[in-house]
Amino acid sequence: MDLDLPALIRRAQSRLLTMHFEAKVGHLGGNLSCLDALLVLHHGVLGPEDVFVLSKGHSAGALYIALWSSGALTDEQLKQDHRDNTKLSGHPAAGWHAGIRFATGSLGHGLGLAAGTALSRKLSGRPGRVFCLMSDGEWQEGSAWESLVFIAHQKLNNLCVLIDANGLQGFGRVDAIASMGDLAPRLATFHVEVESLDGHDPAALAKALGAAQTGPKFLVLNTVKGHGVSFMQNRMEWHYLSLDEAQYRAALKELGA
Amino acid sequence: MRDAFCKGMVALGAAHPFVFLTGDLGFKALEPLRDSLGPRFINAGVAEQNMVSVAAGLAADGQPAWVYSIAPFIYARPFEQIRNDVCMHNLDVKLVGNGGGYAYGSMGATHHALEDYGVLLTLRHMRAYIPAFDEDVAAVLASMAARRHPSYLRLGRGEPPAGSTPPSYAPWRMLVDGAGPVLVAVGPLAGSLWSACLGLPRERRPQLWALSELPLADCPPPEALLASLAGSGELAVVEEHVAQGGAGQALAAWLMEAGRAPARFRHFSARGYPSGNYGSQSFHRAENGLDAASVLRAMGRLAP
Repeated sequence: MDLDLPALIRRAQSRLLTMHFEAKVGHLGGNLSCLDALLVLHHGVLGPEDVFVLSKGHSAGALYIALWSSGALTDEQLKQDHRDNTKLSGHPAAGWHAGIRFATGSLGHGLGLAAGTALSRKLSGRPGRVFCLMSDGEWQEGSAWESLVFIAHQKLNNLCVLIDANGLQGFGRVDAIASMGDLAPRLATFHVEVESLDGHDPAALAKALGAAQTGPKFLVLNTVKGHGVSFMQNRMEWHYLSLDEAQYRAALKELGA
Repeated sequence: MRDAFCKGMVALGAAHPFVFLTGDLGFKALEPLRDSLGPRFINAGVAEQNMVSVAAGLAADGQPAWVYSIAPFIYARPFEQIRNDVCMHNLDVKLVGNGGGYAYGSMGATHHALEDYGVLLTLRHMRAYIPAFDEDVAAVLASMAARRHPSYLRLGRGEPPAGSTPPSYAPWRMLVDGAGPVLVAVGPLAGSLWSACLGLPRERRPQLWALSELPLADCPPPEALLASLAGSGELAVVEEHVAQGGAGQALAAWLMEAGRAPARFRHFSARGYPSGNYGSQSFHRAENGLDAASVLRAMGRLAP
């Protein structure tokens, strides 16, 4: 991968802030925590046969920016984010872009959808890996555990699940609401491949995402909600807040834009 | 009807490749299908939400998927997966619910399906199939396979009169001609009413129709039925389903909008468990006034 991933990430962070500032919408914190992984995935990993499923649909902004960064969405399209008569709704809509196969937004759906897609490839013998991005709070959904059992039992070794473990959810810290402790060892008890890594280290992400897998793979990405903007980092309220003018300027300055 | 379903699916699999998922049900019923499909028959375990999402993932990747369970476990438990994953994407996923209405009888209320097609037909692209007789199942499966959109199949127990052969499958079928009101029965209830109507003199008989597909926007009532209705001015609908969202309400609204509303309308529907007691399907039908004698008596076709 001969890409300057750190530079691409900085550019994408700024574009994400601008898109959300212009649309006057929130969900910035969880977009910034997964943006690095989505950029690495879309720039260097996903091939034409591969499928990506955004299970944490509230990070639609990060997905739109990753598609824009890799040339699959235009600046003009990004300007339609959250507007009337748009395809770029706050949680992804399906049926209009090859990079967005499923409409998501209710948590606990994407993993099963990804499992079905991976199963389809195995049954039909068609190539392609399936990637699915989840949140950590999403593991409070029972359906996620149903899917985990299924994936492990079916040995879906063409499925790679990314978990954006930023430690914060909608109304507090994951550990303070319904703690699952350290997800990695819990997942490992289902006999799937599990790896924990820094979700803001492009090189580590590229290595983990590009590595061969022999069984279903789960990457627990240790991330920071609001990553890159000091006043957003690790603050739950940036799940919801939108930027005012002064905050927007300050955030861009921090990112060096 | 379950045996007919299994046999029909084995035959279908030869012509239309699909993946079949069961929520751990099918003992002494689906073994031939399992043996026929091999790896394309998957017991997804007692995990219906995942099963429906997996089916949607398969269908979105080009593989039609059938999912099977006891009726309430296939439409109520995974409702959001049906709504979001299947219907929002208009995918080729078929939901098969065994035991429509009170068919699971004394197994208890958790196993009954009294609001299945009403609930599901609120969703975009969905079509419900409610075969009346075992003989309908093969044709219904072929129709479902050809449609390639979200579908729901409610399986029950066919009850045609002894020694009679049901007419070829169609969404609407006249089973008994008569000079009386038009009587529309949804699914297997048509069979028990058919038997009872044959015992009435023609001038007292309702004209009995079996309805097996919804919504009416896709399967409107045939002209012959509308002509009879214009003559008698009286319509009754009987279904093993709650009134809300049922075929009776749908048909009444359809007729009103078409300017062809009858002067009189009766709706016989499931009211749940009026006595708070439980029993066989026959017990619950009788308690809800859905058995043939109760319906015909309420319509004035039998002596009180």
